[in-house]
Amino acid sequence: MSAEKQYIEFFGEVRDTIAIRSCDEMNAQRETALQTFSAKGFPSSKVERYRYAKVDADFSPNYGIALTTLTEQLPPYCFRIENAEPRVRALYNKVADNADSIVALNTMLCVDTLVVHVPKGIRVEHPIQISNILKGEQDTMVSRRILIVMDEMAEADIIVTDRAASQSRFLTNQVIEVLMGDGSHLSLYEVEETHLLCTRFNSVFVQQGKNSSLHHTNLTLFNGHTRNRLDVRLQGEGSEVTANGCVIADKMQRVDNNTLIDHQAPSCQSNELYKYVLDDSAVGAFAGKVLVREGAQKTSSKETNANLCATSSARMFTQPMLEIYADDVQCSHGSTVGQMDEAALFYMRQRGIDEREARLLLKAAFITEVIETIPLESLRDRLHVLVDKRLRGELSKCEGCKLCQ
Amino acid sequence: MLKIENLHASINGKEILKGISLTVKDGEIHAVMGLNGAGKSTLSNVIVGHPAYEVTQGSITFNGKDLLSLKPEERAHEGIFLSFQQPVEIPGVSMVNFMRAALNAKRKYQGLEPIPAGDFLKLMREKRSIVELDSKLASRSVNEGFSGGEKKRNEIFQMAMLEPKLTILDETDSGLDVDALRIVAEGFNKLRRPDSSAIVITHYQRLLDYLKPDVVHVLIDGRIVKTGGPELAIEIEKRGFDWIKEEIGL
Repeated sequence: MSAEKQYIEFFGEVRDTIAIRSCDEMNAQRETALQTFSAKGFPSSKVERYRYAKVDADFSPNYGIALTTLTEQLPPYCFRIENAEPRVRALYNKVADNADSIVALNTMLCVDTLVVHVPKGIRVEHPIQISNILKGEQDTMVSRRILIVMDEMAEADIIVTDRAASQSRFLTNQVIEVLMGDGSHLSLYEVEETHLLCTRFNSVFVQQGKNSSLHHTNLTLFNGHTRNRLDVRLQGEGSEVTANGCVIADKMQRVDNNTLIDHQAPSCQSNELYKYVLDDSAVGAFAGKVLVREGAQKTSSKETNANLCATSSARMFTQPMLEIYADDVQCSHGSTVGQMDEAALFYMRQRGIDEREARLLLKAAFITEVIETIPLESLRDRLHVLVDKRLRGELSKCEGCKLCQ
Repeated sequence: MLKIENLHASINGKEILKGISLTVKDGEIHAVMGLNGAGKSTLSNVIVGHPAYEVTQGSITFNGKDLLSLKPEERAHEGIFLSFQQPVEIPGVSMVNFMRAALNAKRKYQGLEPIPAGDFLKLMREKRSIVELDSKLASRSVNEGFSGGEKKRNEIFQMAMLEPKLTILDETDSGLDVDALRIVAEGFNKLRRPDSSAIVITHYQRLLDYLKPDVVHVLIDGRIVKTGGPELAIEIEKRGFDWIKEEIGL
């Protein structure tokens, strides 16, 4: 059976169950999604934005498919989609790329959507943390959906964490849609700390209004196979985005970040910095495109991808891309792939720091640049600790969390 | 303290040291002088165990231990410190974290607990003042953006923190102006204990005016061709190396 077929057949069997558990806004999109998915199937590596992914292989195993809904007990500003305001519900699936079959598969199978809605002019004092914890004895595929709606001048920090509390195989297909009103500010952090048997497909779509600003940082600290897609559309004049990421991968881990920063309006700024530390036989890929459309004058854009391969068997594919259709812009893009600095290693060893510790310090130092850009101090401090633990090979558990013990 | 016997060493298959013997006793300062390419830096790199150099013959014992069987970090723990000719910049690693890691590694080797945070910061402040190193430099990444003089002062600061038994100053005077040289040299003298020793690699008399070596060696083409007292350095400053070459028939 082809990988697509098992999902299509499964949908045929459960479409009524899903419809009952879900809501009108989501149900209304399912049949179109099914058609897209059936027609296109999983993208092969010939599809430009999936060049470095192995989609078919990742979706082939026989997973039990979770059809769960969210709990009713949610913190302020967070809702199950059926409890959100109608105008917010209507925004479901409006920003996502529906032509993408991974997104279509999510739209087809996802039962519930977590809505974070920050109304006009509200500044959410404390960060909102969304913890995704995978748990279960059976190999499971999970479809997750988050819709973030920032009204005009709203401000919030949102942290999305992915963890796995049991050693089963997990496949996550997540779609996050973000709509940012004029003058809104959002810091969105994603932290993945799962295990070698976890596969994650994550597609984030952002649409920004005038003078809005987004800080997005995506950290892959521990995983199996991960593919992150980030599309940011700068639609309003004077909007800004910082899109950063870091990856620590070793063993046979694979991480693919694929980004598009789409400058559609004038006087927008984008800053992108992705750093990878690859050890053992890990494979990393970064493909980032900055598109400056006609009329997007006074665009300022900087894209950097820097990578450290600690072994000769670690591999990195990097593809920074810049496409400009305006003539009054300041743009730069570049990437580097390097090895451990042997001179620095020896210098540290001469001071008595053993080789393992010296390598660890150099790797942590390489990642530090990304973490230091995070505006939220408490998260920054926590991440320094997590990175250090990760590099030391200590599996971290969320402290004080009952589910992960 | 240090005994080098018939040491031969090569890099990339090319022999640089061709049979060096040298004994440094407790409390002695030895100067090693010679032209560029004579093997002075190779000698210091071999003593600290740089992996690029291969020892093909001979031995080095340090306080009775076979130094060549130890890793670079173990040699450091045993009390050998190299002030690098070109200190390395390490972006992202703060001086504080670097020094703490180094100091605690040494303490672990000695069977001691890690130094308490308060004591460590006090020690940093105390030692920093000896070489007049700005507190801002100590909070920055290791050597990153330091001027030439600041890098050399930072080396002496690290020496102060680690209190080695044997210090090798590898052309510490190169790239230093007169004032920076004085600060570095005076800092070194203040930090010396009566039983600690040093090997000073230099081209010039200037640094030796401050450090007052007990023994001066001349290294030419991978061999020590002449050894004398402090007056030998003064003579070299006046006459260069040619007369020594003539004397030995090179």
